Formats: sequence, C-alpha cells, structure tokens
Amino acid sequence: MLRQLRAALRAGIVTEPPPDRREIEDLGVRLSQEARRLFGRSLQIREVDAGSCNGCELEIASLTGPHYDPDRFGIRFVASPRHADCLLVTGPVTRNMAEALKRTYDATPDPKIVVAVGDCGRDGGIFQGSYAVVGGAAAVVPVDAVIPGCPPSPKALLAGLLDLLERRP
Amino acid sequence: MTANLVSGVLQMLLVGAGAPLLLGVVRTLKARLVGRRGPDPWQPYADLRKLLAKEAVVSATTSWIFQVTPYVLAATMLTAALIVPALVARPALGFAGGAIFLMYLFLLGTFFLALAGLDAGSAFGGMGSSREAAVAALAEPTAIVAIFALALRAETTDLGGIVRRFAEDPGAAANPGHLLAFAAFFIVMLAETGRLPVDNPATHLELTMIHEAMILEYSGRYLALVEWAAAMKLFLFMTLLANLFVPWGVPAEVTPLSLLVGLLALAAKLTLLAAVLAVTETAVAKLRLFRVPELLAGSFALAVLAVASVFLVR
Amino acid sequence: MALLAYGTAAVFGLVAGTLGVAGALGHAWTLRVPWLVPLTGLELAMDPLSGFFLALVGAVTVPVSIYAMAYARHDRRGRLAFLAFIAAMAAVPLAANVMTFALAWELMSLASYSLVLHDRDAEESVRAAWVYAVMTHAGLACLLAGMLLLGAWTGSLRFADWRAAAPLLSPGARGLAFLALALGFAGKAGVIPLHVWLPVAHPAAPSHVSALMSGVMIKLGVYGLLRAGLDWLGPGPAWWGIVVILAGSVSALVGVLYALVDHDLKRLLAFHSIENVGIILIGAGAGMLFRQAGLGALAVLGVAAALYHTANHAAFKALLFLGAGAVVRGTGTRNMEEMGGLIKRMPWTAACFLVGSVAISGLPPLNGFVSEWLTFQALLQNARIPSPEVNLVFALAIAALALTGGLAAACFVKAFGITFLALPRSGAAAAAHEAPAAMRAGMVALGAACVALGLGPTLLVPVLFAVAAPLAGSPAPPVVTGWVALSLPGEFARLSTLGAAAALVAGLLIPLALLRLLGAERRWRVYETWGCGRLVQTARMEYTATAFANPFKRVFDFFYRPVRRLEVEVHPESRFFVQKITYENPTRSVFEEWLYQPALEALRVAAHRVRALQSGSANLYLVYILAALLLMLVLA
Repeated sequence: MLRQLRAALRAGIVTEPPPDRREIEDLGVRLSQEARRLFGRSLQIREVDAGSCNGCELEIASLTGPHYDPDRFGIRFVASPRHADCLLVTGPVTRNMAEALKRTYDATPDPKIVVAVGDCGRDGGIFQGSYAVVGGAAAVVPVDAVIPGCPPSPKALLAGLLDLLERRP
Repeated sequence: MTANLVSGVLQMLLVGAGAPLLLGVVRTLKARLVGRRGPDPWQPYADLRKLLAKEAVVSATTSWIFQVTPYVLAATMLTAALIVPALVARPALGFAGGAIFLMYLFLLGTFFLALAGLDAGSAFGGMGSSREAAVAALAEPTAIVAIFALALRAETTDLGGIVRRFAEDPGAAANPGHLLAFAAFFIVMLAETGRLPVDNPATHLELTMIHEAMILEYSGRYLALVEWAAAMKLFLFMTLLANLFVPWGVPAEVTPLSLLVGLLALAAKLTLLAAVLAVTETAVAKLRLFRVPELLAGSFALAVLAVASVFLVR
Repeated sequence: MALLAYGTAAVFGLVAGTLGVAGALGHAWTLRVPWLVPLTGLELAMDPLSGFFLALVGAVTVPVSIYAMAYARHDRRGRLAFLAFIAAMAAVPLAANVMTFALAWELMSLASYSLVLHDRDAEESVRAAWVYAVMTHAGLACLLAGMLLLGAWTGSLRFADWRAAAPLLSPGARGLAFLALALGFAGKAGVIPLHVWLPVAHPAAPSHVSALMSGVMIKLGVYGLLRAGLDWLGPGPAWWGIVVILAGSVSALVGVLYALVDHDLKRLLAFHSIENVGIILIGAGAGMLFRQAGLGALAVLGVAAALYHTANHAAFKALLFLGAGAVVRGTGTRNMEEMGGLIKRMPWTAACFLVGSVAISGLPPLNGFVSEWLTFQALLQNARIPSPEVNLVFALAIAALALTGGLAAACFVKAFGITFLALPRSGAAAAAHEAPAAMRAGMVALGAACVALGLGPTLLVPVLFAVAAPLAGSPAPPVVTGWVALSLPGEFARLSTLGAAAALVAGLLIPLALLRLLGAERRWRVYETWGCGRLVQTARMEYTATAFANPFKRVFDFFYRPVRRLEVEVHPESRFFVQKITYENPTRSVFEEWLYQPALEALRVAAHRVRALQSGSANLYLVYILAALLLMLVLA
C-alpha cells in the first residue's frame, strides 16, 4: 500500500498539456451556442460500442488515463445513458446493434449530443457496404460531430471533444 | 431563539453549499495522488448546474416512490444538517434528537433509496438495493457502539453535549477508547458514504456498484438532488468525525466571531480529513462484496474494544 | 350477519379500550363474584398495568373488527370464536386470581386455536393448529405449575396476596416460581426457543385473526412476564433480569434473521413479531436489572420503553397483517415471489403498508423509532450499575438491538419493494384488485395510530412512566417534557419527533423551492427502464426476493446453514442438451434440528418403552389397580 503511494508521488503529475487546435481536422457540424454553454464545463459521456472492432475502444480507454486526463475539463465517462450528455458511438453500427443504439439514444435525457468516433462511425469505414452493417452512426441517430481516424488517437479524441465544446484550454 | 435560528440557517447553508466543494476537493486530491491533473475542486457545482438544465427521463415501470425519493433524501440530509454540530456546539435542532436519531435519519434515506432502486424493475437497481441494505444493516451496530463509547465518557448522547463535554474536559478524551472509536467510526463512514474499499464511487461496472447501481435510473433534476444528498452525507459524516472526536474549535455560543472561528476550524479539520480519505482511497483496492462484512465485523470489534477500554480506564 | 358479529366486536373493543385508558390513568377498581368460577371465584382487578393492556386489546380490536366486516364477510365460521377470543383477551389482564386467569387464558387459547383451524381441509391449517395447540398447552402446564406452587407456598391463590407474601419465600422457591411462570409466558409471547408455533400458526390463520394474535395476544405473554418478574414475586435477583435481557436479544436477532430469508409475506411478519417481542423484553430486562441495582428512575425508563414498544408493535403489526391480508385477498397468493407492481393496482394498501414498514423499521418520525430510542437510552445508561457482568450483558443487548434495527429495515425494503414495486411477477398480481372500503378504513385507522404514536411521545411517555412506576418500585422520575420535546433526566438525551417531522417537511419543501429558484428544467419524459439496450423488459428480469436476501444468507451462513440442491435433467439422447435445472437453497432451522427433533425423538422412545405397560391383558390391569390402591392406603 505504502509502496504504491510512494511510487505515485515520485512519478508526479504526468498529464500532458492539451493538443493544439491547429493539429486537428475540421469536424463538420458545430454545436449550438446553448449546448456549448451548457456542456462547456461539464460533459458526461456514455460510450456505445455499436459493433466496433474495439480499436477505438482501446484509444478511448487510453484517453481516460492520466496522460490525457479529460477530467480536468469536466469531461467524465458514466455508466448509464440516463446520466449522460454525450453519446460516443464507435463502430459501423451493425444490424444487431442498431436497435440497441436507438434505445440508448432515447434513454438519454435532452439536451444531448452524439459524437461518432472513427471512420466506422462516420460512414462504416472499411466495413462500408457490408450486409451486416447499417452504415455509420448517422443512419440510426442524429450525429452532432465526427472524430475521424482508424482509430483516432487519444490526442485526436481529446482535441475533437474540446473543439466541440469550443473550450479554450 | 433568534441565535438558534441564525445558526441553524447558516449550518444548513454551509452543509448544502459546502458539500459539493468537499467532494470536489477529495476528487482533486485523489487525482493528484495517481499522477493526473484532475478536475478542479469546483467541478461538482458545474455538474449540478448542468444537471438542472437536463430533462428527467422517468421509467414507465416506476411509481411515485421513485420521484419522491430524491426529495426525501435531500430532506433527511438537510434535517441532519440542523442536528450535527458543524459550526456551533448547540445545533439549532439539537433538541429533536442526538446521535441515535442521526443514525436512524440516515437509515431513513437509505430505506427510500433502496426502494427506489427496486422500483424500476431492473436487475441493477435490485442488486444495488440488496447490497446497500446489507452494508447499512451491518454498519449500524458499529456506529451505535462507537457512539456508546463516546456517550459513556460524555454522559450524554446529545451531539452538541458530547462536543461541549470533551471541549471543556480534554482529559476525558485522552483515552485509548477515543482513538479506537474514531477508527471504528471512520470505517462506518466509508461504508455508509460508499467510498473505497467498500464501494467505488467512480466505477462503471454495474456488478461492482453498490450506491451507484441504485441511482442508474435517475436523470436531470432528480439526479442532481440525489448527488447533492450523497455529497451532503459525506460532508456530515466527515463533520461528525472532525467535531465529535476533535471538538476544539466548535464554539458553544452563537456570535459572529464564534461562527467565523467555527467555520475556519471546521474547514481546517475537513481539509485534513479529506486528505486522509483521499490517501486511504488511493492506497486500498475495493474489497470483494462478501469480504465487506469482514471489514465491518473488524470495525465492530474496534468499537467494542473502545467501549471496553472506556470501562477499564475510568 | 358478519356486520352484526364484527360490529359487536368493534363496540366491545371501544368499551374495553375506554375502560383500559381510564385504568391506566389511575382509576383502580375490583370486582368479586365468588360463585361464578370454581375454587376461588371470579375476581377482576384494575390497576394501571392492567388498564394499559386492556386499552391495547380494545384499541386494536376496533380497526381489526371493521376490517373483518369486509374481509370475513363470506366466512360462516369463526364469528363466535372471534368474539370469545376478544372477550378472553380482555379478561386476562383484569384477572386477579389463579382460576380466573387460567380460565381466561385457556379460553383465549381455545378460541384462537379454533380460528387458526379455519380451513379444516387444508393440511397446512391442521398442522398449524396442532403445533399451536401443543405449544400453548405446554405453556399452560408450566404456568399452572408455577401458579399452583406459589399458591401452595404462600397459602393463597390471589395475586394481591402474593405481592405481600412473596418477599418471605426463600430465593430458591421464588426462582423456581419465576422460571415456571416465565417459561409459560415466554412460550405465549414467542420468545426463542419456544417460538416454533408463531411462524406456523400466524400465516395459517385469516389475516384479521393474525393481526389480533400478533398484535395483542402475544403481548399478553409480555404482560405475564412483567407481572412475574416485577410484580407478583417482588424485586428479583440480577439473574432474572439477565435471563430476560439475553432472551430478548437472542429473540430479536433470530427473529429478524429468519424473516430476512422468508418469502411468505405472512410468515415474514410472524418472524418480525418474534423480533419485536425480543426488543420489548430487552427493555423489560433492562428495567428489571436497574430495579435490582436500586436505580428506580432508570428502571421506570426501561419498563416504560418496553410498554411503549408494546403499544407501537400492536399498532404497526396489526396494520401490516391487515395489509398482508388485503394483498393476499387481492392476488390469491402469499408468496412474495409471485407479487410485484401492486402499488399501482392497490394504492391505498400500498400506502398503508409503507407506513407500517417505515414504522416497524424504527425510522423517524414514526412510532417504532420512539420506542427503540427509549430502549437505547435505557440501555446506554448502564454504566451506573457497578457490576461488570451486567455491563457486559447490556453491551451485548445494545449491539443486538442496533443490528436488529438495521436488519429489520433491510427486510422491509425487501417486503415492500418486492411485493408492491416494479412489474407484477405473475398473472394474479397483474390482475390484483384493491381492498374494499371497510378494509381500507381499518388500515388507515391503524396507520393514523402509528403516526400519532410517533408524533405524540410527549403525551404518552408521562402516562407510561406512571404505569411503570409501581413495577419499578419507585415514583415516576421527574421527566421534563414540554409539548414538543422529551428530555431524559440528567441531560442525557432529548427527543422531539414533532420537531423532526417539521424539519423533514421543511426539508422536502426547500429543494422544491430551490429548484424553482434556480430555474431547473421541469420537463420529464416517460421511457422504458435502462436495460443496456435489450429489446424487451419482462418481470423475469427484475430482482427476486431470494436474490435480495442472498447477501444476508451468505453473511450469516453459519446460522442459516443453507443446503444446496442442484438437479440437472438432460435430454435422453445427449447429455450436452440440458432440459431442466432445478436449484434449491433452503435454510435449516437451528431450533428444529437441535432442540425440537431430538426432544420429540426422546419422547417417542420413552413412549415406546412405556408402551410395554399397556399389554392389553385385563388381569395385568387389575394388578395395577390393586397396587395403586395399596400405595394410596399406605400414603394416606
């Protein structure tokens, strides 16, 4: 117990500074002023895996680590969509997950935003056109922003979320 | 009479407004201890404000109990704020009951929250209710016996009375029983407020949840009330630990200067306790659910030892 | 016809209640009718304790009778037995000599036996009535033994004479008498280990009868214990109090532990009766110990706490049984695993049951909390007794009481939550109908009583102190009570349920106002329960009572000693295709296995041996008669 504490204190704060805005791509649809004002300081995210290969999930898991630390911006991951403001949808939305995604969206209270992650989330990615795939998150739920990449790095994810909220870090 | 009213209102304000700050401080400290920058201590206020602007989604399976429970929880915590000697050693509603009343008031809140967990008809809620009921039931004897240890020395179960007695006569507190009772009560606090190692307040895995599982269905203003009540519960337990066991700095009369002194003393004690809590939570891992009764039995043994030592070292 | 019978019962209850209240407030009287009862004649005497218990009988009878007007409307049997039952229960606290007492007691037992046996074709009813009859008559045997012994030693069969003569008896004699009487009364009260009849008889009886049996009849066992321990035999040695307080602690814990794993609604309530009798005995035992140590004021506190809990338990247990009756009538089942969602189909019953659940869990500001608080305060002051063994016993009692309180709350979360909340688990529950007006009236009246007893301790406690004073051998302690708050002597503690209730109401309104002030979003939307995106929600997905009790079963498995039985039925053609899995995890009763079965077995063996005497030969029987005659001639 003490050894772990000592190691943690010795390592110090490892959080990196947030990414520069110039490094990110254009995200497309922008949020309304109201939503930005509402979620600017507190955003709770529910991640939905709609048939992803889990590459994006690994990157999102790294995002929650101490190096990127989204907590410092008030961005937190939650377990229940009832507690969430933002749905982070990964995967090309397989036919089996389409209904589940829809229900998760309906279970989330308004106002809410949906962010599609990865090339799969944008339009199906490399699975585009497959018989098992509906074709991107936008086919099932209204999407407010897309963070492209296959998979997007945690830095890109963080940059995307910050840009979405127009947070000056 | 007016002094009582003023101190009561101020205490309620302190607990109501200060609880999210205490929670934020604990979260920030925990983050720093694991190498993150962490949220800033004012984050819970931003969270609550945002929740108030969200709509409430209510399950069709639930009944009026689901919608009434957040208010009942807030009501029990606000009432408790009037009994706990936070700012002054003569709390406004001190005549309404002492330590026993306080413990059962918390149990009232837990009762309704457990009912609300069952109300939605989901397996998660039921599981949370069942576990919370078990933990609360097993923590009761420790809490009452630890209070017995204090009441034996102070010859009263009135919370304000205990504070005043120990403040006047520090010799009465110089007793191994005092320290043992503190340790036992600290473990009770961890159990009742759902902190590690009993329950992880930041977990996403439903199977590891106790308190969180019962509130999975809440959203919007209901969730805001439930989270606020949980923060107030933590504040109240920490205040009890601070003021009952270290009663210096809790003035007995109500004057503007004494209130300020009380506030500063409480802030100092709470910061220290928050640091202790953060270190404890970071250093230990969450216990398997069926090991929690062992922990609570251990804390009960500590409480019994506290009583025994009070009897022996009289 | 039903209206007439139960209406008479209600009127009788009203009269009895009024008489009782008058008696409790100090109007004493006696009544002698020498020719009515053989041996000693009928003798009734009213003193404060009798008045209190008579008031209890009367007060609970009224709402239960009103309820029965609708509940037992179509039930031809049991009306006369019901009236006899109430009359006998009213006579027991008033009885002033042995024969009157024994007659009233036996009439009460027989009437309730007849009521428990209300369905002669159901095996469960028959077995329940049998167990009940055996246990109650075993108790009666102990009682008669004790009373007749006392009568022989003091030379009189009148209770008043015992009070005067008892201090002159030897400690051994008094101890023996106390044990015999205590055993008899404890059996009626349902104290561990004489409790086996309670969980069998109370569920089998119709609900209005269960309410009276649990709410009132077992309290008469408590009445007897108070008389035996504090009144008839004078102040006793410390071991009497220790035995009572330990028996109380064990009963409280064992009762609630068995209730936690029980899913039959009425049997769960029966186990809770055992638990609450335990709490009453803890208070009574504390009173006895304080009296023995010469601390009169604290003795009054202990006994008053026991009396308050008696009244409270009568109120909320009757309420809960009436509610359970309404549920059973509405759904047709007693099994909680088949209920659910009843709060929407039976809103009145649910609200009344909720009040009862909050009250029995001892949560403020209702009545259960007040009496548990008083009991705690009595127990916490034990440091004044300078005896380490007694202090240890008190510490055990405090821990037991605290654990019981928490477990009782958990058990009622289960009972109310599984029965009334979420989705109906069976067709019967989905089609449940609300109880008729008379039943609702009875329940609401008892609910109001719970609230009144909770908010009005300042009015009741001085009366109870006056009732307890003669038992504790000291004048009532100077308790400072305003109309708002109770404070115990010596600034030990204060309580104000009115203040607490006012604060809670304010606490409910403050968030409402705050939300309005902060401009919180008022919209709300109805949607399905979150189930991780699954397509359909059925009752199979919600938590069951067995699952709810599982953590407790595991934590206390040294007590329950559950047995796992798992049977897997496979397809005849391939053992990889499972057709059916049957899983059972019943708990085993410690008392049945280690106490009753061996005792019954020993009895059977002994009876088998003695059977040799009954050879069937008439000549041998003649020899027996000759031998008995010779023996009697020699002895006389």
